[in-house]
Amino acid sequence: MKFGVVVFPGSNCDADCHYVVGDVLGQPVEYIWHESQDLAGVDSLILPGGFSYGDYLRTGAIARFSPVMRAVETFARRGGLVLGICNGFQILLEAGLLPGAMRRNESLHFQCQDTHIRVESVATPFSSRTRVGQVLKIPIAHSDGNYYADEGTLRELEEGGQILFRYCDSQGRVTAAANPNGSVDSIAGITNRQGNVLGMMPHPERAAEAQLGSEDGRLIFESILAYLAGKSV
Amino acid sequence: MRWSKVGLTEEEYKLVETILGRSPNDLELALYGVMWSEHCSYKNSRLVLRRFPVTGPRVVQGPGENAGVIDIGDGLKVVFKMESHNHPSAIEPFQGAATGVGGILRDIFTMGARPIALLDSLRFGSLQSERTRHLLGGVVGGIAFYGNCIGVPTVGGEVYFEEAYQDNPLVNVFCLGILEKGQIIRGQATGIGNPVLLVGARTGRDGIQGASFASEELSEDSEERRPAVQVGDPFMEKLLLEATLELKETGLILGLQDLGAAGLTSAASEMAARAKNGLELDVLRVPRREEGMSPYEVMLSESQERMLLAVEAGKEAEAQKIFQKWGLEAAVIGQVTGDGFFRVKEGERVVAEVPVSSLADQAPVYRRASREPDYLKETRALDLTSLPEPTDYNDALRKLALSLNLVSREWIYQQYDYMVRTNTVLRPGADAAVLRLKGTKKGIAVSTDGNGRYVYLDPLIGGASAVAEAARNVVCTGAEPAAITNCLNFGNPMKPEVFWQFEKAVDGMSQACRALGTPVTGGNVSFYNETSGQSIYPTPVVGMVGVLEDIDQMVTPGFKHPGDVIVLLGETREELGGSEYLKVIHSRVAGPPPELNLEKEKDIQALCLKAIRAGLVASAHDVSEGGLATALLESCLAGNLGARVSLPGDLGGMGASMGSGRQEARPVEESPTPRLQEGQGLTSIRRDALLFGESQSRILLSLRPDRLPRLLEMARAGGVPIYRLGEVAEERLLQIRLMGENLIGLDLSELEPVWRIKLAVMLGDR
Repeated sequence: MKFGVVVFPGSNCDADCHYVVGDVLGQPVEYIWHESQDLAGVDSLILPGGFSYGDYLRTGAIARFSPVMRAVETFARRGGLVLGICNGFQILLEAGLLPGAMRRNESLHFQCQDTHIRVESVATPFSSRTRVGQVLKIPIAHSDGNYYADEGTLRELEEGGQILFRYCDSQGRVTAAANPNGSVDSIAGITNRQGNVLGMMPHPERAAEAQLGSEDGRLIFESILAYLAGKSV
Repeated sequence: MRWSKVGLTEEEYKLVETILGRSPNDLELALYGVMWSEHCSYKNSRLVLRRFPVTGPRVVQGPGENAGVIDIGDGLKVVFKMESHNHPSAIEPFQGAATGVGGILRDIFTMGARPIALLDSLRFGSLQSERTRHLLGGVVGGIAFYGNCIGVPTVGGEVYFEEAYQDNPLVNVFCLGILEKGQIIRGQATGIGNPVLLVGARTGRDGIQGASFASEELSEDSEERRPAVQVGDPFMEKLLLEATLELKETGLILGLQDLGAAGLTSAASEMAARAKNGLELDVLRVPRREEGMSPYEVMLSESQERMLLAVEAGKEAEAQKIFQKWGLEAAVIGQVTGDGFFRVKEGERVVAEVPVSSLADQAPVYRRASREPDYLKETRALDLTSLPEPTDYNDALRKLALSLNLVSREWIYQQYDYMVRTNTVLRPGADAAVLRLKGTKKGIAVSTDGNGRYVYLDPLIGGASAVAEAARNVVCTGAEPAAITNCLNFGNPMKPEVFWQFEKAVDGMSQACRALGTPVTGGNVSFYNETSGQSIYPTPVVGMVGVLEDIDQMVTPGFKHPGDVIVLLGETREELGGSEYLKVIHSRVAGPPPELNLEKEKDIQALCLKAIRAGLVASAHDVSEGGLATALLESCLAGNLGARVSLPGDLGGMGASMGSGRQEARPVEESPTPRLQEGQGLTSIRRDALLFGESQSRILLSLRPDRLPRLLEMARAGGVPIYRLGEVAEERLLQIRLMGENLIGLDLSELEPVWRIKLAVMLGDR
């Protein structure tokens, strides 16, 4: 099961994702440079967090034009698993691989903190190792994580079972107080209609070891592994 | 006068003429102006700084390089440094702080190390002032902008609010990096004939004469110096960081130096001076972002995100290829020469030619006049008997806990990415931050500290206490203090009173560094922190690095389990001078600061470490600002638990108390043998001193009751006074009884949310 971690200029969670896949989960993993169009036969792709191109124009707005994104799009169209975390999520939105857009956090500040998210669906390759309603403790770290989609899109997301994670409190209640950034419908993560592309603002790679305060993020990587294992049988 | 335009004195100008055997031209004079500025030459501080201990078994690189380096075993080296960016931040807080972060990061990765942690030590005036709120918001925003983008976690630091910093805030930035293999890179231009490359951002007119700006007092006109503040580009620096570390793997780098204060002038002349070589460069070959720049502007520009690189002749193209991969320019602008001259050319025309050593090493050195300030007579005369004790202790603790220097810093640190790189195992808000080192059992603890009020009231004790407390902070996590860096923030050194503060503080710090075995590996001096003739509190800030051999033994300040025993290590004396209590409750900044006995400090730290390593300790927290009651409160809040405390502390029948109640204040250099006294405990002093006094060398521990006998045994063997105070409680209530009387009963579930968001509320953010 080979993973690829895409490196854009300005990516800064690339090493963290590489570490979790390679050292914590013991899976083969390689970096894929943004100028490459060769995905080196990977089974799953991670678009890591960070500030691609400094995010000076708009988050993810320039990275989507990187040569590697053409390969990512093809890979996704063919059903390959793509996980976009934080800036990776923002790039997937800019590239049109996921619907909606990001706004500044309601606080207008960068926010780094633990959040709780509730699993809304287990029928995706990213959540098979979780339970519906399960609360995962996974941190966020972003300025622009205030997810927005118009009503029609939201309805489609809802009906298509594409809303995978919602911000909640530690008891699993989805409340305004537990929504850290103002995201519409408390959305923390969505998939595409086919379910093979996930974008999420919380960082599962920062919550994959007890030493760091939570292991809940591992469930996402382990779900991917289980899915790929099932597929290859 | 020619000399005063570049900030030199007439004598200094004459010295330049003697060195050159002629009058300098305007550019040459400007070069001397910046290189002999206080900021670059340390001409007023150098003699005093020699008092610091700078060697030790772990030290690989002491002061004089881009950063200090210590060896922590297993082939790992820790590279760290702290620097001030006070003046730019006072004028343009966002960019001032951002470029401060950028500068210190470059200091670390030009040594070949990967930066893994940033900390910030900040001082502001009263938050009642609109200007302070603007400064705080700007500084925090600038640190977040730069650190978050480049992906180095900001894991800690401290912030104090105090009127003395009203117009002159302090922004001290600390960075630590790890070198896993290979040699450190030095800032040297070796090998005659080797090319010198300017790498990174293009050169513009920004920040010209920033170094001179930093070497004068702020004034009404300082706003006009806004163009002397640089603008930061963290994305560019991220590319520079990755390219540098990739280039390092090739072994091509002979020398590398950050372009900071005084830009190309300082980097080029220092690199040549360290290698005892000459250097020649052509300003026309410097890539520029603006047209028509004069040699003066190119040489003095402080455009950010630039580095100077020396490689072996013939290897330029190989190096350039790596920079190109990262989208960076690397232009050959000159070469190393053997004649000892620093020669600046514009095309074929020589526009400046002066001896390298005269710029970098031969700035005049001064021992300024020194005199004890008069204000000390007044502040020392604090008469405690004239101070009424609070009638309501509950109310007093609440007020203290919600005062600006003691409320939660969450509003600040949540704006920083403190988790990126996934090494942060102890997050902001504790005594120190702790980072794991992947692939090893080791951890690194870091803390910054410096109580300017103590230093103001007694610079010798205050300086020593800054080191002692920073060490205690890392000890509370289970780390052994290893070495320090520092920022010495003072007023105008030409004033004898300021110079006296400076000398005494350095003496105090040196004594503490020697006693605790933590040498100084570098740092910086920031003088002229004055506005309209009013100096800040003298504020040496210490950046302490500690090493945990086994990170699984790490301990945090929060209480862990109901029923655990709470004990206090160390003596509590009748000391209220310089305390937060005196300031908040009595509106006084007076008295001598708490005394410090370095021998006892060492014993207490040793005991705490030993107990942690033996696995006895559930929580450890340094007792500092706000005293014992505040420390108890903080351990409750951090652990989401309560505590029942009953004073005087007893030892559960184990005897051997060495607490001795009232004592004469002693100078730090004395280290009398502790006297054994039975029973006197904590009752012989004023109740406010007992609860809120800030006696040094105290640590609050909690542990399982069955482990207490072993701890007592260790304490007895180590000659450390220890008091059993009470126990951790499930209910979120802090109860403190004294001789059977209820002094404090604070509902923490009510207090906690107020305490947590107070800063945000003050800033109008809630």
